[in-house]
Amino acid sequence: MSQGEDLGGRVQTRSSIAVPIVEAIGISKRYGATIALNSAQIRVMPGESHALVGRNGAGKSTLVGILTGLRAPDTGEVRFAGEPAPSVADREAWRQRVACVYQHSTIIPDLTVGENLFINHQPERNGLINWSSLRRQADEVLARWNVDVPQDMRAGDLKVEQRQLVEIARALSYGARFIILDEPTAQLDGDEIKRLFVRIRELQSQGVTFLFISHHLQEVYEICQQVTVLRDARHIISAPVADLPKERLIEAMTGEQVHFGFADAAGRVVPADAPVALKVEGLAGEDFENVSFSIRRGEIIGISGATSSGRIGVAEAIAGLGKFTSGSITIEGSPLPSGSVPAALAHGVGCVPKSRHIEGLVLGLSVADNTTMTIANKLGPLGFISPKRRGDVTRALIQRLGIVTEGPEQPVSSLSGGNQQKVVLGRALASQPTVLVLIDPTAGVDVKSKEALLAVVENLRREGKAILVVSGELEDLRTCDRVLVMRHGGVVAEHKAGWSDNALVASIEGIAA
Amino acid sequence: MSVDKNLGASATPGASLSMGRVAIARLRDLALLPALVALVIVGSLVSPVFLNPNNITTILTSSAALALIVLAESLIMITGKFDLSLESIYGFAPAIGAMVVIPAAQFGFGMELPTWAGIMVVLAVGGLVGFVNGFLVVQLRLNAFIVTLAMLIVLRGMLVGATSGRTLFDLPDAFYGLMVITFLGLPLAVWLAAVAFLIAGLVLRYHRLGRALYAIGGNPEAARAAGIRVERVIWGVYVLAGVLAALGGLAITGYVGAISANQGNGLIFTVFAAAVIGGISLDGGKGTMFGALTGVLLLGVVQNVLTLAQVPSFWIQAIYGAIILGSLIIARFAGGQVQQ
Repeated sequence: MSQGEDLGGRVQTRSSIAVPIVEAIGISKRYGATIALNSAQIRVMPGESHALVGRNGAGKSTLVGILTGLRAPDTGEVRFAGEPAPSVADREAWRQRVACVYQHSTIIPDLTVGENLFINHQPERNGLINWSSLRRQADEVLARWNVDVPQDMRAGDLKVEQRQLVEIARALSYGARFIILDEPTAQLDGDEIKRLFVRIRELQSQGVTFLFISHHLQEVYEICQQVTVLRDARHIISAPVADLPKERLIEAMTGEQVHFGFADAAGRVVPADAPVALKVEGLAGEDFENVSFSIRRGEIIGISGATSSGRIGVAEAIAGLGKFTSGSITIEGSPLPSGSVPAALAHGVGCVPKSRHIEGLVLGLSVADNTTMTIANKLGPLGFISPKRRGDVTRALIQRLGIVTEGPEQPVSSLSGGNQQKVVLGRALASQPTVLVLIDPTAGVDVKSKEALLAVVENLRREGKAILVVSGELEDLRTCDRVLVMRHGGVVAEHKAGWSDNALVASIEGIAA
Repeated sequence: MSVDKNLGASATPGASLSMGRVAIARLRDLALLPALVALVIVGSLVSPVFLNPNNITTILTSSAALALIVLAESLIMITGKFDLSLESIYGFAPAIGAMVVIPAAQFGFGMELPTWAGIMVVLAVGGLVGFVNGFLVVQLRLNAFIVTLAMLIVLRGMLVGATSGRTLFDLPDAFYGLMVITFLGLPLAVWLAAVAFLIAGLVLRYHRLGRALYAIGGNPEAARAAGIRVERVIWGVYVLAGVLAALGGLAITGYVGAISANQGNGLIFTVFAAAVIGGISLDGGKGTMFGALTGVLLLGVVQNVLTLAQVPSFWIQAIYGAIILGSLIIARFAGGQVQQ
């Protein structure tokens, strides 16, 4: 399947009349020995929401870079509304055609919202910035695109949701009507995602076209009309989402038929005599209170809830990353002090923290350095590290977790997202913990790595570890024996394995099922 | 497309690639060696005396004090912090140590403590200043750059104030010991610097504390999540750096034979130049002791060659600065290629 197939005669007929707002044909790009794109193509029609999906490393970000004019393709052509794209040097022209809202903020936090809207093209009078005019124009832009944020607010105080809208409004104010959203929902909770989708539909009806990048296929079906799949640097398929059921979409992304290989927890029974490894009683902290539960060896407990529900606070307290003010955490019968990672490690708690880029990895260091960071005092006499033992430990973890790497000495910065996440898990496992705390363990990894990571979790359960999975993603929670749902800092519901998606989502969102 | 149909075939290029990467990482350490060799060749052309063992000894001797303070700064930079005040410690600590020993008539404090106590005071003052810097940076979370800049000025002012700007002469012999006592023809200071670099290099590579410095410099949050006591380690490094800078000050005291109120003034620029040329990153988390040492030696050789070439002394500084710039550019290219 080297050539992309084009499904959907309906769109074909329409496209013969309408001109695509953006079209990229035969795009190839190499970086040294790596082929990032191999004669890839995409065609986005005006007014549609077009999904771009593919596994990590499929070439999505390279294509986005080329569509936004940040990189020039080696071969191939980009056209906007039938016209050839401007030269890469002409940033102004690109900005009038296309904008990308990245996961990472591109606003300047210490300036006001208004200034951010007009960065580097402030309204002037006699060569000086005309502040009153800037404020007035900023109000107009925000009002026109219905962004409910005061223009004099400090941009750094915006919530993620507001920040995205401000960035969209900024792009629209330049005249661009084609906007790329790079995983816009990754940092939003359920309500915020709903609001974002409402806004996307509104803007769409006003003639704005979106290219939507997401790992959450459900969202693709919810918001997009058309989807393009990339795999291994190639274009695989472009089709209306309605013509492409989820299994076929996943198949196009992975190149093989996939069913999640890990076992659903329903029907699994944890022996009643399995010892309790983790006991949490009346735990309270900054954003949670009166949380109690216990986990036996060989059991997986999930905690779900919105981002602000306090679930992360509970998990970080158990891992020693955060503090608790009252209540107790008991590991194998011995109480854990508050807020000390070394103590948590000594008690046998391993943790995959919330973000691999923030607390998870030292990107410049090697796989071996990162995985053995939690056990650096156990690799030789007097704190000295035996290179051989370090290599052995690392190689064992690489094999056990299936990390694709050149070897223990490769810097983690050059690994793919899924493999980086496995290194974080390796770091948690290196200390041979009895209790594992996994916070959003599959965030930002592709379908296949997700499957591999969850399969590892299941293996660890069989080995008799007590596992706490704290996640907002239903797939992560599927392996849990019980799922606790938190809202506003307290546990509000408990679902036994075998829950239905609707019931769980309803209790996470606080609506009656 | 005949790529990795079977795992055996794909494993081989992977393995050779990883060998290549490790080899390149070592090469980066050696990036300055060609420049150093070139300088040695230039030196031997400029003056027949250059390769003379006596001249080599001179280069090593004159570099020893700088080496100790560069070592101190490198350790701090690897954790992602700064210490500008090291140059003031370099003058302040030996001066205070001397003034508790020498009589009031020689501008001492009049305490006339025994000499060994004076030497202890030198090291203790260095450690104490490092402790205070660490407290301000770690506990009060003040910006390291600005805190240590203030400390630099405070210490310099205290030194000038305590000595009324005068130079301290006729110190007890022990204050000159690092330069006067020799072993195998080289002064103690050279051996001390060599041993210090060797130990630091080994600890950075093979000890958990050393690896912790890189982890903290690379990503302090990740280091904390892995159980490293980030604050304690940084604080400890500040104390150690203070002691090393004080030792460097003792070495230069022996070299010069006196302590002026200006001792170390402006030295911090040379220190940063040597460390950065040697591959220690200003952003933290990167660099090796071998690299830092080649940085020191490069600057030492440059000084020596310029002197031997009888460059007019008014021009030495300009040329010295230009050579530092040139080395930075070379080091950048050597590093840049590796990154791709």
